[in-house]
Amino acid sequence: MRNAFADEVTKIAGGRSELVLLSGDIGNRLFDNYKEKHKDRFYNCGVAEANMIGVAAGLSLQGLRPIAYTITPFITSRCLEQIRIDLCYHNLPSLIVGTGSGLSYGGLGPTHHSLEDIALLRAMPNMTVLCPADSQELRALLRAALDHPGPVYMRIGKKGEPQIHQTVPAVQIGRGLTLREGDDVCLISTGNALSLVLDTATELERVGIGVTVVQLHTVKPLDDALLQTVFSRHKVIASVEEHGLIGGLGGALAEWAADHGPFGSRLLRFGTPDRFPEAIGGQSYLRSAFGLTTDSIAARILGVVSRPIE
Amino acid sequence: MPVWSLWPWSFSIPWLENVHVRQSLKRDDAVINRLTDHKDDASPGLELEALRACASRLRGRIISLSHARKAPHLGSCLSCVDILVAAYWTALDINPACPDDPKRDRFILSKGHAALALYCTLAERGILDEELLNTFNTSGTKLPEHPAAGGIPGIEAATGSLGHGLPIGVGLALGARIRQEGFRTVVVLSDGECNEGSVWEAALMAAAQGLDRLTAVVDYNKWQATGRSNEVLGLAPLAEKWRSFGWNTIELDGHDMAALKSGFAEAENRNGKPTVLIAHTIKGKGVSFMEDDNNWHYRIPTADEVKSACIELGLS
Repeated sequence: MRNAFADEVTKIAGGRSELVLLSGDIGNRLFDNYKEKHKDRFYNCGVAEANMIGVAAGLSLQGLRPIAYTITPFITSRCLEQIRIDLCYHNLPSLIVGTGSGLSYGGLGPTHHSLEDIALLRAMPNMTVLCPADSQELRALLRAALDHPGPVYMRIGKKGEPQIHQTVPAVQIGRGLTLREGDDVCLISTGNALSLVLDTATELERVGIGVTVVQLHTVKPLDDALLQTVFSRHKVIASVEEHGLIGGLGGALAEWAADHGPFGSRLLRFGTPDRFPEAIGGQSYLRSAFGLTTDSIAARILGVVSRPIE
Repeated sequence: MPVWSLWPWSFSIPWLENVHVRQSLKRDDAVINRLTDHKDDASPGLELEALRACASRLRGRIISLSHARKAPHLGSCLSCVDILVAAYWTALDINPACPDDPKRDRFILSKGHAALALYCTLAERGILDEELLNTFNTSGTKLPEHPAAGGIPGIEAATGSLGHGLPIGVGLALGARIRQEGFRTVVVLSDGECNEGSVWEAALMAAAQGLDRLTAVVDYNKWQATGRSNEVLGLAPLAEKWRSFGWNTIELDGHDMAALKSGFAEAENRNGKPTVLIAHTIKGKGVSFMEDDNNWHYRIPTADEVKSACIELGLS
């Protein structure tokens, strides 16, 4: 996803002279093409994320459109107060891009994991939270984010994510994408959980369960109209995310259902538990350790829908 | 008619009236108007005298409002009044009739707890409406104890959490360079604020980018909320720290109007480095029983103390 980001932002910057890219001393060679074309609009802000967000605010205050880019935990939890005050309180058009989100940097250890960022950024007034599923969705959301009149956080992966969309999809901030439709279960995904969700849907369909798959690339604001339909139509709704269960997509859906219900449906949430991993490994190892696999998600859902497993 | 000349007569705070501040306000109007409209025309001696009188008036207003609205941080306000006066009447190019002109110089009070001093300065300079100032720290106000966001004339950024103003100032100065705008950015920090790592992050980036249209001023009053700023953390030698971070560093008496004026002018030298004025100040400056007494970080003056203070300031 990060290569798609670098490619797309370079293209967009050609037509938008107000765009300024700030990097927190990462992306070695990644932005060479951008820097070659727009060298007066690229700044390596060093390993100083709090300052980088303040600088972004200063740029935005005079009508420039800053994009601040570095590894997810360092551009979210590390400098959360700068995001809260400098960007959100002033409601400044700006984009924060966190790369290597969730467990993408699995082997680098928990200092580089980000399983709380959606919860933190979602809690900030004026903030919009976007989680693209793949590089195609990223390209579309990046363009939407750069037209948005306030601060936006975009949570992206690293590289080699499965490509879901064959072409760049039409997206709108705050509108989910429905990828499959079925009557029994609705699986709701955000970010890089989508391929896991699609595999799980196939698994459930194999045993005769009708499955709807929704990709909520926008976790804030939620798609009210789509959720009304989803919660009214399905007996079981399951959220899946590579993020903690506290305050992420599942938390947001539970809040939404409490505010908009009552619904006759059951909400199941799949994400990472409230603890740091004790043993470390790559992304797939950690997903397994946290129960984020097709088998374990499908098994729990099947237990709830009470259908015989064939 | 300049906006300036409208102000004292429509403004009503009982304590100001009681201590006869308002009569003394009229005295320097003509000179200040000349300074504002034609900075270079006034003779240096007259100008400095008028600026000092302006600072005294501001101190009177600040102390009276602190009492009337039960607003703390009086010591912090009084230590930076002369810096504010020198900035707004000798250095910053801001048209009070058009405070959101994109070409205006930018000023950020990063030590947001001295907001009352900034509000009074902006009102005195004709940038902030007197009626708005009159709502300071009342329910429903847009002028709380720390500067708020939301388009208040003269308030470039909401501050109050320390360590935010200088990074924003770096962004403003960098953006001015990208857009080839000529405006200058001035950020006033407290010495206690220099505890914050983000101040030094910003200092490093400003030096790396050679932002010579950026001026920082440290109001070095040697106190922070609960102790001596050179003891709480190892702040001294403060000027050497800034110098070693790649900044032009000018040490001066932060209550000497001539020194401040020339410091701000010298900071415009355009030598490829940002400039910091290390302004040695006295917390609570101008009132003998407040000076260098850190209880006035939080204390609210009584009515009698307001009277005594105004007498000392020559406002009765």
